[in-house]
Amino acid sequence: MSLLKLKGLRKEFGGLVAVNDIDLELEEGEIRGLIGPNGSGKTTLFNLISGFLTPTTGKVIWEGQNITGKPVHRIVRKGITRTFQLTKLLKNKTALENVVIGRHLHVGIGFWGQFFGAAAMDEKMSRIKDKALGLLELIGIENVKDEPAGSLPHGYQRALNIAIALATEPKLLLLDEPTTGMNPVETDKLMQKIKMLRDERGITIFLVEHDMKAVMNNCDKITVMSFGVKIAEGSPEEVSSKEEVIEAYLGR
Amino acid sequence: MGNNITRIILGLAALITLLVLLPFIFSRYYLDLSIVFLINLILAVSFRLISTTGDFSLAHVPLMGMGAYTGALLTKNFSLPFFVTLPLAGLIATLVGLVMLYPLIRMKEFAFFIGSYAIGEALRLSWIRLSIFGGHRGISNISSPTISIPGLFTADFSEVVPYYFLTLAVTIVSLLCMYLLDRSRITEIFKAIHDEPELVKSVGVNTTGYRILAFEVGTFFAGISGVLLAHHMGHIDPHQFELTTGLYLLIWIVVGGYATFLGPIIGVTFFAVFGEWMRVFGAWMPLVYGCILVVALLFLPDGLESLPRRLSYLFNKIRDSHRTIRV
Repeated sequence: MSLLKLKGLRKEFGGLVAVNDIDLELEEGEIRGLIGPNGSGKTTLFNLISGFLTPTTGKVIWEGQNITGKPVHRIVRKGITRTFQLTKLLKNKTALENVVIGRHLHVGIGFWGQFFGAAAMDEKMSRIKDKALGLLELIGIENVKDEPAGSLPHGYQRALNIAIALATEPKLLLLDEPTTGMNPVETDKLMQKIKMLRDERGITIFLVEHDMKAVMNNCDKITVMSFGVKIAEGSPEEVSSKEEVIEAYLGR
Repeated sequence: MGNNITRIILGLAALITLLVLLPFIFSRYYLDLSIVFLINLILAVSFRLISTTGDFSLAHVPLMGMGAYTGALLTKNFSLPFFVTLPLAGLIATLVGLVMLYPLIRMKEFAFFIGSYAIGEALRLSWIRLSIFGGHRGISNISSPTISIPGLFTADFSEVVPYYFLTLAVTIVSLLCMYLLDRSRITEIFKAIHDEPELVKSVGVNTTGYRILAFEVGTFFAGISGVLLAHHMGHIDPHQFELTTGLYLLIWIVVGGYATFLGPIIGVTFFAVFGEWMRVFGAWMPLVYGCILVVALLFLPDGLESLPRRLSYLFNKIRDSHRTIRV
């Protein structure tokens, strides 16, 4: 059984069909790339899967369960976490504090406990901080843990966003252009980290990416979208030789 | 950080001591004003609590009115004791707030601001239309609260000094509750929702739920402050809860600041003290208020609460420049 299954997923904005009856299956443990020209509906597709948008028609099936139209926080609880194309951070908080916010679901202390269980809270928080620090180490930015997130260099901010998403302990990570604005060396380093997440933690990765080299070298399978329609799917070699794909990118 | 908390606690202790001593210093007139000051404190702090999620609500004053009306009606029609009507009025305000939120929670930022005005105004106008609320004339002859344990003792709060102490006690308890909430992790999340709603949502926080929580807790205390006002005035009518009152509330918050718990307290205190001096301006008072608001927005955009930080920054700058000159 596939981990995630999209059945005829469709999203219309007024007259515009942003995502046009997409069928898609994601296997556990794969790294899937999603590519396509600007405005082809990639981010909209991510918004539909993660619950930020409700599809017009179609279904999102997660581990055999229909999760279409569920609120975001329920979908996160089930194990799907997404990151954003634009960096979103609590700029005045330190890198570590940002990851701690990401552990929200795993604080596990009752409402009243937050007021009166001060000792239990302190202990819990210190464990959460350890865990958060571990994630910063995993992603390789623990050296800036006490810096305000807003003052970090761009590459660190992108990496921090991934660390925050990891704090929710996802089974599937939706990465929306994780390497935007990075130089080739940074891109390569980040892609290695993403691969490691899959190899060592078994996290399934679905990523939108514009850097063709990064996609071709690191993804097991690639899905191509153009004008909201899925036009190709397959291994990097298969996809890059397909006529429709070349056409979509270069025009006729 | 620890040092900071000690300072806050010391400051609060000094403030409370001063407030306890007030009746022995002040005349009746000033004591009346002090009661209103305390009521305004609860109102402003609870308003700021809601605003931590980014929701600035113009329905806050009408919801205070809801508490006032509930308290007045329960006292008049059922002669319920004060310690029943007080929380009950808070709860009724909270319930009315929940109904308001049904459309309101779907709005954000400016839409929320203006939407909350419309819905608050609808509530206020319903008091004029529905006969149970007494129409334009409102409700008069609201008796003073009494607390009695049959056969043991009866406390009468019809005199101004006892009522002042009752108000003070309720204010301290209310502010303490809101302070505990402010120090808790919940407020961290409120603020994070204000700063990066989508990020917070994406890590599994039910942002709508937290916004409702902030609004409802704030509304409960607005209702409480309403009850205190109703008994203090002995009379309430719909016009007391007009937009003008809401605007003054906004001015207190903006001038005092709303980043920290102290901001609204400073704001209300500032206008309580200077408001009295400003009486000489008579009909020009709103203009003076407006000028203070403009000056604050220009020179202290983070409110009076940021003044110490600003001053120390300026002080350091001057000292540093002197050093450079000497070198």
